[in-house]
Amino acid sequence: MDWELMWDSLPRLLGAMPLTLLLVFAALFFGAGVAFATALLRLSGNRVAETLTAAYVFVFRGTPLLVQIFLIYYGLGQFETVRDSFLWPMLREPMWCAILALTLNTGAYTSEILRGAILSVPLGQVEAARACGMSRVLTFRRIVLPVAIRQMLPAYGNEMILMVKASSLASTITMLEITGLARKIISQSFAVFEIFILAGAIYLLLNFLAARFIKYTEWRLTPYLRARA
Amino acid sequence: MLELLSFGPNGWGGQLLSGLAMTIAVSVSSFTLGILFGSAGAAAKLSHSLILNGIAELYTTVVRGVPELLVIYLLFFGGSGMIMAVAGIFGYDGYIEINAFSIGVASVGLISGAYSTEVIRGAVQSVPFGQIEAARACGMSRWLILRRVLVPQTLRYALPGLGNVWQLTLKDTALISVTALAEIMRVAHVAAGSTRQPFLFYTTAAVLYLLLTTVSTVAFEQAERRANRGVRRA
Repeated sequence: MDWELMWDSLPRLLGAMPLTLLLVFAALFFGAGVAFATALLRLSGNRVAETLTAAYVFVFRGTPLLVQIFLIYYGLGQFETVRDSFLWPMLREPMWCAILALTLNTGAYTSEILRGAILSVPLGQVEAARACGMSRVLTFRRIVLPVAIRQMLPAYGNEMILMVKASSLASTITMLEITGLARKIISQSFAVFEIFILAGAIYLLLNFLAARFIKYTEWRLTPYLRARA
Repeated sequence: MLELLSFGPNGWGGQLLSGLAMTIAVSVSSFTLGILFGSAGAAAKLSHSLILNGIAELYTTVVRGVPELLVIYLLFFGGSGMIMAVAGIFGYDGYIEINAFSIGVASVGLISGAYSTEVIRGAVQSVPFGQIEAARACGMSRWLILRRVLVPQTLRYALPGLGNVWQLTLKDTALISVTALAEIMRVAHVAAGSTRQPFLFYTTAAVLYLLLTTVSTVAFEQAERRANRGVRRA
């Protein structure tokens, strides 16, 4: 073990953390939007919408993320129409391709989590809201969604951790986030163990923080479950 | 364009098919290795030894908290170094190279094992303790209880969870393509590069993976139904 090299590489690797965090937060942010729309469409009762969203979820949960990233980064550029479209300046950048792939991937998984949570809201509560004269939208906003969000938190916490780990795949399309930079440093210093252990420790720290954050949010959202003082 | 996927001299059909076979081989081997690691991990977590508890806890926390790609890179770049260091202790100084298949199976098996550990631990704990007591009262030895009561019951409880681990393992094997092992992803990558038809080949790869995951979903459903055939349902 070359401790000195580890110590010297730490600031460099930490310098790649903002990029990893950017990928994760962007994917989670846009992914939440995609998941919300997908879950609602899947429960909408419209046959066409249900089939389309089910197909989207099936494809993105059934294939490896690496395929999705390569398909978007290398695959889309093959078409003249894509290269001529206004989207090309974005789809040409590995950054946006990675964010797009991660977003669609987490969107598919999260929509299933959200759908399960919405379905788990007790029917009695919805009936009670209806009896109070609430409209469908109001019932959803005031009763179903808050209960569902509390319900889905533990599963969503796992999804956040999966996204932190998944962001490392962006290194396969030339992005220098933590994993990509670690590989670059190794190709210069040949210190395989030192650098990968360091990178692994940074990921562990990020995931530990994500897990704590979810635990705290859960605690905040369930005051009625806490022991009364 | 579709003739590129054919089995002729200009087609990539044959290579894609052997890539599919390689993916299945790696997945099955890693999953099996993972179950071995998982059983050992679960036994360690359930034992009363603090040291074993600690080791198993460290194993699952680290492997599940670190990106899969990092684990694969670590074994790919560091694997032969590790083996040579161990061989050096026994007095062998030659160069040892490990093939990509073994590295892939070892790394994905390691990852799969961490997830299996939790699944198997949960399943063992959900076997009612009364059954163990009853077996003991019948005078069964520890080994016999394990073989006749604990393992069959654990398998049944663990099956849904192991199905999920299998799907994860299957998808993780795509990452081994970074070590140039000729599985689906690698073949698709090479074909995409040499024909300049990336969309076609990555879509084909996606379809092949979908096929594998769909078939395994059905297979695990069947297995669950079979494993639960003796259970009364309300």
